[in-house]
Amino acid sequence: MAAKTPAPVDAPRSVGVVTPGNLHFEEPLALASGAQLAGYDLRYETYGTLDAARSNAVLVCHALNASHHVAGTYADQPRSTGWWDNMVGPGKPIDTRRFFVIGVNNPGSCFGSTGPMSVNPQTGEPYGSAFPVVTVEDWVNAQARLCDALGIARLAAVVGGSLGGMQALSWAIQYPQRIGHCVAIATTPKLSAQNIAFNDVARTAIQSDPDFHGGNYYARGVIPRRGLSVARMIGHITYLSGEDMTERFGRSLRSEDYAFGYGAEFEVESYLRYQGDKFSEYFDANTYLLITRALDYFDPARAHDGDLVAALAAARARFLLVSFATDWRFAPARTREIVAALIANGRDVSYAEIDAPHGHDAFLLDDARYHKLIAAYFDRIAAGAGEAR
Amino acid sequence: MLRQDLVQIASWIDREVPILDLGCGDGALLAYLRDSHRCTGYGIEIDDASVLACVRAEVNVIQADLESGLRMFADGMFDTVVLSQTLQAMHNVEAVLREMVRVGRRGIVSFPNFGHWSHAVSLLGGHMPVTPDIPYQWYDTPNIHLCTPRDFELLAARLGLRITDRALLARGRPVSWLENLRATVAIYRFEKR
Repeated sequence: MAAKTPAPVDAPRSVGVVTPGNLHFEEPLALASGAQLAGYDLRYETYGTLDAARSNAVLVCHALNASHHVAGTYADQPRSTGWWDNMVGPGKPIDTRRFFVIGVNNPGSCFGSTGPMSVNPQTGEPYGSAFPVVTVEDWVNAQARLCDALGIARLAAVVGGSLGGMQALSWAIQYPQRIGHCVAIATTPKLSAQNIAFNDVARTAIQSDPDFHGGNYYARGVIPRRGLSVARMIGHITYLSGEDMTERFGRSLRSEDYAFGYGAEFEVESYLRYQGDKFSEYFDANTYLLITRALDYFDPARAHDGDLVAALAAARARFLLVSFATDWRFAPARTREIVAALIANGRDVSYAEIDAPHGHDAFLLDDARYHKLIAAYFDRIAAGAGEAR
Repeated sequence: MLRQDLVQIASWIDREVPILDLGCGDGALLAYLRDSHRCTGYGIEIDDASVLACVRAEVNVIQADLESGLRMFADGMFDTVVLSQTLQAMHNVEAVLREMVRVGRRGIVSFPNFGHWSHAVSLLGGHMPVTPDIPYQWYDTPNIHLCTPRDFELLAARLGLRITDRALLARGRPVSWLENLRATVAIYRFEKR
């Protein structure tokens, strides 16, 4: 279903043209909320070749607004490059000449897996607000079922940034025997009050849009575009560092002088509005609510009286954690909490703090130190692939 | 080839014990102890290139400065905490030595001997010493707290550290006479009294 692994060359290349796959799961998925998801679909992509021992699979978990489309492009869609194409491909840090890489769209998202836009088999109508709230743990359970279906008993590694990093951590806790390495980037063991506050402002923007209709806007042929756009603008501010914004926009105006009005006069306003509008064209508002809630709820220590060391006691994977110095959304100190808890458990862990200027978004961007580190770590996974611990 | 002071340090470390290496560089000591002594452990290192080298060597490395890095570790987590060729560059030498015996049962430090006879010759000639072990000019040196073996022993006594082993080396070999003048590197193993 994915592009065949091309002959090795030295220069990093794209995996080329890819086609997503779709799997239907009839057995209901029991959710943390107590609800369950009746039959559901998972949309996914794979790159590279699964080896004979089925030991070289790497699962890439996506964050808020991304999907199963990690790398490559779709035929006849020139601007369809995957969200982590700079990380995954032949000769890239996660090298598809050696690894079988899996991207999967999480249930509740809006890129092909069952979510609020899907038809609820019980009513024949889109789920809308009736779609159950899902958690990071629920996603990991769904991902494990996809691995079962693909015949993969144990993943060489699970990797993700931000919310994707939370899923990688959760894999290490929920399925300790099924994951060799956990690579968690720009993440946190739980959201702070400030993180939750930003999410709540974003949700409130969506919910107060007159086109939201309590989440059941599909039947009315409208979408809460303005609310979703504002939600994205708020989110986007938290992805960038203040320094980076100053560097990129400063106080630059779009015309010569102040217009003494309230339009998008500053470059930064124009940029944010453009980002918001673009996002509202392709993202679903109910999914935004659901995924920000999954972020809020993630707190593996909660079941252990707030003790992260106890929460990670079950983990058996080896860990690489990476943070970025200018990330104030999930600051390095948050990752250090995870590192300290892993050390207290005596786990193998390495931690790098990359001095990149781009804030939280740095995990998606090219940075030589960051990419060399990930490449080196995956080299060592490849060298030891299949080894039992 | 393991650096000579690291060979001496490794000889003082038991098999299969947890080790913390402060300023672990490329992870050479930890990789050696893992392979030859089956030791587990972590290194703390601030430099990007060194962190990358540790990852390549499959050594657990935590990128942090020593002060904030040490806070991650609970009391008595390690058998031995190593600080090789770094003591002289620490801002707060006393605090680091105290932290070493907090997180470990024992500490090992190595440092260049500022009391080497050739340094006196340099000073008599009117210049700060520049040698293979202290290869910096006075204006760009990271070495802000150079000392002699006797100086270190006095500090250790003041901090309540009991020195259990001492090695004074020149060109990687033990020095047996006039060692305070002839050694280029001093290595001490100590524990809390």
